[in-house]
Amino acid sequence: MIVSVASGKGGTGKTLVATSLALSLDSAEEVELLDCDVEEPNAHLFLDLKLTKSWNVCVPVPEINELKCTHCGKCADVCAFNALAVLEKKVLVFPELCHGCGACSYLCPEAAIVERDREIGVVEGGASGNMLFFQGKLTIGEMMAPPLIKATKKHIDKDRMVFIDVPPGTSCPVVEAISGSDFCLLVTEPTPFGLNDLALAVGVARELQIPCGVVLNRSGTENSAVEDYCRQEDIPVLLKIPLDMEIARAYSRGIPLVRGIPSWREPFRQLFRDIRQRISDN
Amino acid sequence: MKIAVSSVAPDLDAEVEPRFGRSRYFMLVDPDTLQFDSLENSSSVASGGAGISTAQMIANKGASVVLTGNCGPNAYRTLLAAEVQVVSGVGGTVRGAVEDYKSGRLKASAQASVDSHFGMGGWQRHEKKGATG
Repeated sequence: MIVSVASGKGGTGKTLVATSLALSLDSAEEVELLDCDVEEPNAHLFLDLKLTKSWNVCVPVPEINELKCTHCGKCADVCAFNALAVLEKKVLVFPELCHGCGACSYLCPEAAIVERDREIGVVEGGASGNMLFFQGKLTIGEMMAPPLIKATKKHIDKDRMVFIDVPPGTSCPVVEAISGSDFCLLVTEPTPFGLNDLALAVGVARELQIPCGVVLNRSGTENSAVEDYCRQEDIPVLLKIPLDMEIARAYSRGIPLVRGIPSWREPFRQLFRDIRQRISDN
Repeated sequence: MKIAVSSVAPDLDAEVEPRFGRSRYFMLVDPDTLQFDSLENSSSVASGGAGISTAQMIANKGASVVLTGNCGPNAYRTLLAAEVQVVSGVGGTVRGAVEDYKSGRLKASAQASVDSHFGMGGWQRHEKKGATG
């Protein structure tokens, strides 16, 4: 079973929810947590484990053999990302725009394109108790998050209860991270920005036909707009976490919520039971 | 000789478009006769790499000079490789820009005038940064 924890807006509490969900179960279930927020993976800061393994992740990028190239322009035509420019006498490659799809080399009529590997980041892994943990870490300056997220997700063990900490936003990295999930938990906050991006994230989950539910973090007196939206859209609000100094204090010291304030363990276990029920009803 | 000018409309008296890769139109002008072709730039709506593919299109149409408002690093690198001279910081009408170029009032740019993604929104803010940096 795979549950992804996404948000739309950044900084709403994805990592707080993902780590506490995983840790609340770790004595009862074989758990796996993936940090797919590859631009800034931070879940490991809250976990008591060593990253003992590391794998380099590369994408193939084209290299042009100018001796064979006739500058026909086919490679630039098929490149969906404009990573190639074919000029009268030369071809320019922009590796940072290349997604490594291989269309250019496959379709080159002169076989003038070879692919070489370009490293974009690493996947790191470790274990603690019943929890397996993996994270993708994009090399600074790189933009190509989706292939690294894909490489991180290759470590999914379907026999485990898998939680995915998803990057913020609603674009390609998010789609890559939540695809294949049985359920998507959307963490939001009661602000206009939180609501706006929640609606966008709901759109992505629906497009991918993944059932979703909401965790309302920093909840307080201004909840009504988010709750009205959820009611209208028939999306369950599965958990509310109040705006609370004690929670913030523990979290800022790298202590996960269910460890810092053990009374939160049961609400997170209940959240998990609700999710599991919804998946089996679906 | 042909001069490519980024333009907000396919008209000699239209304003010069301040963005290169995201410009909807280019006017390919013969500076001596002021005869022109107007080109619609399909790359203006590309999800990424608009500057690169616009630069390739302009180079392959045989332009030897580009007049535009701002030009990012990837477009600049492509135009440089194609030996197309770039003049950024150009405003006013297309006709006026071509006249200014002919009279020698415009100087070629030695580098990109803005960062990547300048043309993708919020560009008024970036333009300031480009002008001072």
